[in-house]
Amino acid sequence: MDAANNIGFDFSNHARNQFLGERLGSALPKATSTGTTIVGVKFGGGNTGEPEGVCLGADTRATGGPIVADKNCEKIHYIANHIRCCGAGTAADTEFVTNLISSNIELHALSSGRKPQVVTAMTMLKQYLYRYQGHVGAYLVIGGVDETGAHLFTVHAHGSTDKLPYVTMGSGSMAAMAVFESGYKEDLTREQAIALVSRAIRSGIFNDLGSGSNVDVCVITKDQTEMLRNYEMPNERGNKTREYKFRRGTTAFTKESIKNLIVKEEVKILPPSTLAATTAMDVA
Amino acid sequence: MADMINNVNMERLKKGEVNLGTSIMAVAFDGGVVLGADSRTTTGSYIANRVTDKLTHIHDRVYCCRSGSAADTQAVADIVHYHAQFYAAQHNARPPVHTIASLFQSLCYENKDRLSAGIIVAGWDEEQGGQVYNIPLGGGIFRQPWSIGAGFALLGSGSTYVYGYCDATYKEGMNEEETVNFVRNTLSLAMARDGSSGGCIRMCVIKKEGVRRIFVPGNELPKFWEGAELIETKRATSGKPEIALPATAGEGMVVQ
Repeated sequence: MDAANNIGFDFSNHARNQFLGERLGSALPKATSTGTTIVGVKFGGGNTGEPEGVCLGADTRATGGPIVADKNCEKIHYIANHIRCCGAGTAADTEFVTNLISSNIELHALSSGRKPQVVTAMTMLKQYLYRYQGHVGAYLVIGGVDETGAHLFTVHAHGSTDKLPYVTMGSGSMAAMAVFESGYKEDLTREQAIALVSRAIRSGIFNDLGSGSNVDVCVITKDQTEMLRNYEMPNERGNKTREYKFRRGTTAFTKESIKNLIVKEEVKILPPSTLAATTAMDVA
Repeated sequence: MADMINNVNMERLKKGEVNLGTSIMAVAFDGGVVLGADSRTTTGSYIANRVTDKLTHIHDRVYCCRSGSAADTQAVADIVHYHAQFYAAQHNARPPVHTIASLFQSLCYENKDRLSAGIIVAGWDEEQGGQVYNIPLGGGIFRQPWSIGAGFALLGSGSTYVYGYCDATYKEGMNEEETVNFVRNTLSLAMARDGSSGGCIRMCVIKKEGVRRIFVPGNELPKFWEGAELIETKRATSGKPEIALPATAGEGMVVQ
């Protein structure tokens, strides 16, 4: 089969899966969704005297229905060195779509000989997602700094985009937006932006069932990109106050046998003539 | 008739789709055109963006007002923007407003079963001056002196709230200032009555000389009679309301 005709998603099993789903009732497997809190804020520039940049944040919980599938996953994806993208929605789709666009952005940079712009990545994402009419369930916050300044966008699965100074997405978006709407002001400094972002993510972690575990933060300025993985860990497992192991000798036994698991082996080095013969035989 | 073409059946929008539950309008005046829109973008009952710019740049002297699905209208506007740039490069002249409107129309008509987009195209060109083209849901094209695409409310159309006001207020030969005030007043009335419109007002005046953007914050919208003062003052002066309220006055609405 020609690889070029096989690009993208394949929906040919849709009818079959729906048929099986009807026969099995509710036993259909469910996609892992990143019931998520993701946010982004612009900072610096203006009257702050600091270089402008964007600060992205995400929680680290991945869920499959009511089950926490991953307690410490990464939701801030790499697009380019100076462009990053937070993903909410279907985990597989956010992972795939950001990887794909990251790859295409790199090729675009190589062929044009220019540093890629944030709007370029945003446009590629929106056009890809629009083509799949919402079936690719990626809800994204994309941010970065390029030659034209700091940029922050949201991209919805259906392909619509928004450009705002502060954004939230995912199931915890309302909890996080409540923090932004009360705590955001113009001309944030870098430190203030990081504090506000982590407070918004914490609000999602504690108030939204779909979000949880740790806070990931990413700070992008003109000169550097800092990925602050597990910037805060407000849900570390504490030490148990008691020991719940059974005491030695609790279980009675009838016999005991001890085996030596260390196997002794002798290695004999064959003379080179034998080795050559074997090789020759193999070739023949 | 107007309501039928301006209304979007909400079932046409896909689940979870971002919607521009919108009040948009454009009015031509002598020497130019004024576009206006509210700033609300919704996903279901959540306001996804409260400061949206629904007035989208297509070319130097042509803008459009978008309503319906955010994804669909952005995609269509991006395509038309591309063609407008291409036209300018090929002809070494700005594309006429009618040409841009026709591009929108053919895209909306040829994909009518896939799109939920109600668009008003407005702009200025050397041949015909300020122009307004309404391109409602089915992909028709109608040149009008003024157009309100205040459709897409959850129940009924937002435009129905202000059609009467527009018909009563609009007069031919208004100047720029009068037209801007007409748009601002119409939109704030529509936004006050239509639940899926709101936020602030963004306007755009397109003339031969260039494009001027106007922004009206949500707390500076023109206010009309909002009902409260009259009942409040009557209560305060006499201890009980002096106006005889009809027996059914309380039904379906809360008075204090």
